[in-house]
Amino acid sequence: MQPSRQSELELIKLTKRYGNTTAVDAIDLRIPSGSYCCLLGPSGCGKTSTLRMIAGHEDVSDGDILLGSRNITVLPAAARGTAMMFQSYALFPHLTAQENVAFSLKMRGVPKAERLKRAHDLLERVAMGSYAQRKPAELSGGQQQRVALARALITEPSVLLLDEPLSALDPFLRIRMRAELKRWQLELGFTFVHVTHSQEEAMALADQVVVMNGGRIEQVATPHELFNAPASEFVARFMGGHNVVKRNDQTIAIRADRMQLLRTPGQSSHALNATVRGIEYQGTYVLVSLDAEANASDDLSVMLQEAEFFNAPFEVGTSVQVAWSATDAHQLPA
Amino acid sequence: MHENRSFGFYALAAFFGLFLLFLYGPTITIFVLSFQGPDGGLTFPMRGVSLHWFYKLMEGIGVVDIGSAFVRSLKLGAVVTVLTVTLAVSASLAFRKTLRGGNVLFYVVVASLIMPSIIVSLGIGLSFRLIDTALKAFFVWAGWDGMTDAFTTTMGLYTSALGAQLTWTLPFGLLVMFAVFNRFNSAYEEAALDLGATPWQSFRHVVFPLIAPSVVGVGMFGFTLSWDEIARSSQAIGDLNTLPLELQGLTTTVTTPVIYALGTLTTVISFIVVGITISIMAFARRRARGKSSR
Repeated sequence: MQPSRQSELELIKLTKRYGNTTAVDAIDLRIPSGSYCCLLGPSGCGKTSTLRMIAGHEDVSDGDILLGSRNITVLPAAARGTAMMFQSYALFPHLTAQENVAFSLKMRGVPKAERLKRAHDLLERVAMGSYAQRKPAELSGGQQQRVALARALITEPSVLLLDEPLSALDPFLRIRMRAELKRWQLELGFTFVHVTHSQEEAMALADQVVVMNGGRIEQVATPHELFNAPASEFVARFMGGHNVVKRNDQTIAIRADRMQLLRTPGQSSHALNATVRGIEYQGTYVLVSLDAEANASDDLSVMLQEAEFFNAPFEVGTSVQVAWSATDAHQLPA
Repeated sequence: MHENRSFGFYALAAFFGLFLLFLYGPTITIFVLSFQGPDGGLTFPMRGVSLHWFYKLMEGIGVVDIGSAFVRSLKLGAVVTVLTVTLAVSASLAFRKTLRGGNVLFYVVVASLIMPSIIVSLGIGLSFRLIDTALKAFFVWAGWDGMTDAFTTTMGLYTSALGAQLTWTLPFGLLVMFAVFNRFNSAYEEAALDLGATPWQSFRHVVFPLIAPSVVGVGMFGFTLSWDEIARSSQAIGDLNTLPLELQGLTTTVTTPVIYALGTLTTVISFIVVGITISIMAFARRRARGKSSR
């Protein structure tokens, strides 16, 4: 199965209302064929409703969903050419891994021998062949994810929809399975749409990150653009690693690793006086959090290289000046 | 591990012990007394140990045909079980969707649990008598002489008595199914639909296998509630009594331990039903989740 334009996904003025509340507010989005797209945002931002509307598990209140040249807005879930990998995978607990993968063929009336063989082939492909006879409860989280992938792939989808697929895993496994997801996406070559609330996950995986807030899209960009040129204060704060500073009616974002701490105040106008509030050692860098003098509620944090910090360590309570160069100041819309 | 348990633990343990004694004491007493010797009476002391009263029971107690009552109760229990399971499962499925009038229906169902059983029973009895009167008047009016002579009552085991027992077993069954679907993860159904299952296939291949152990439980519940039901059946039973009603009648007329032998026998039947059900549930549950056979 070669990827084609057939797996380009487009949302047009897509809207979801629950009674009087609008969960998704007329969003427009184009997800290129064969890309890894992450819908990112805090809980309640509309990312899951968007994914579920694409999957066909939620009715669309308004707007359209196009997949390739087809309008799939009102098609039943199974007729859309999408497949869903559920949060915690939702593998059928009473069926073996192989029967789980063969399920959709069984529903379509494919003879038993054939469907079990095709299921087994797919399990081999995700390196789960030797676990074919196990029930989900006998598989680890990572193994369940592979079975869930195989079960989704057997429907030959052109878009795979993933609803917080890594949230059920412990932190170490999460990073390993994250790498696996990316590897599969590159190998299979079709579109993945992945919902997550972890900016770290989105940065690691996505070709295209869609940051959502309050039912609207804040920014659509590559992880690199997103981190270096956040389009709004919300994005800068949500992505983390940025300081948002308000000066002279302007709001600017400066990356925490591009700031300097000065013991003796310089003359630069790109600086703030502050007091060190806390120091966290993070390995490759040291995170210094500060209270700005002008407005103590302003949260500042500066990342210093490990060697730089330990050459002349700061202590809690020290008064310092936080400075940055004008070229690192990214202006945010007011 | 268990050092220094507080006074509260012992006090509560003692209280729980008393509770168990209160719960099972009477059954155990009847069980022991049913093995009373041939010369023994209705109370302690035991005068020897024998199966005498069980043999007496087999010969029959006076004019009452215990065997037929036993079979009637079994059959009625089976019908109640099937109806309770079918209706409770379908109703609980309906309640998972937005069900118009669902709230009202729910309160009606729960009200039938709360209302005193004897009132429900009287009401059902009276309603059926009204129907009888109306039917008789109709036959006379229509001039169907044969029917007028032959007709006695619409009350009976599978009409009024069945209805009376369902007012008791259905609400229980429905409440159990509510609890089951409360913790049912609907992602399983969405996954099934995503994989191309029709709603019926999703129920048949995913939902039902997962709730099967609880459905068996509802069935058992229905049967045991029917098996020893007296209050609701009492005024709605018609001509032929169920076993518990016959037993109730016997307590006033029979003065030998044969009544205890009968009590022991019916208790054993209940235990057998429960035992069979628990085995089926364990088997279904092992198939549903747990370990595979390989």
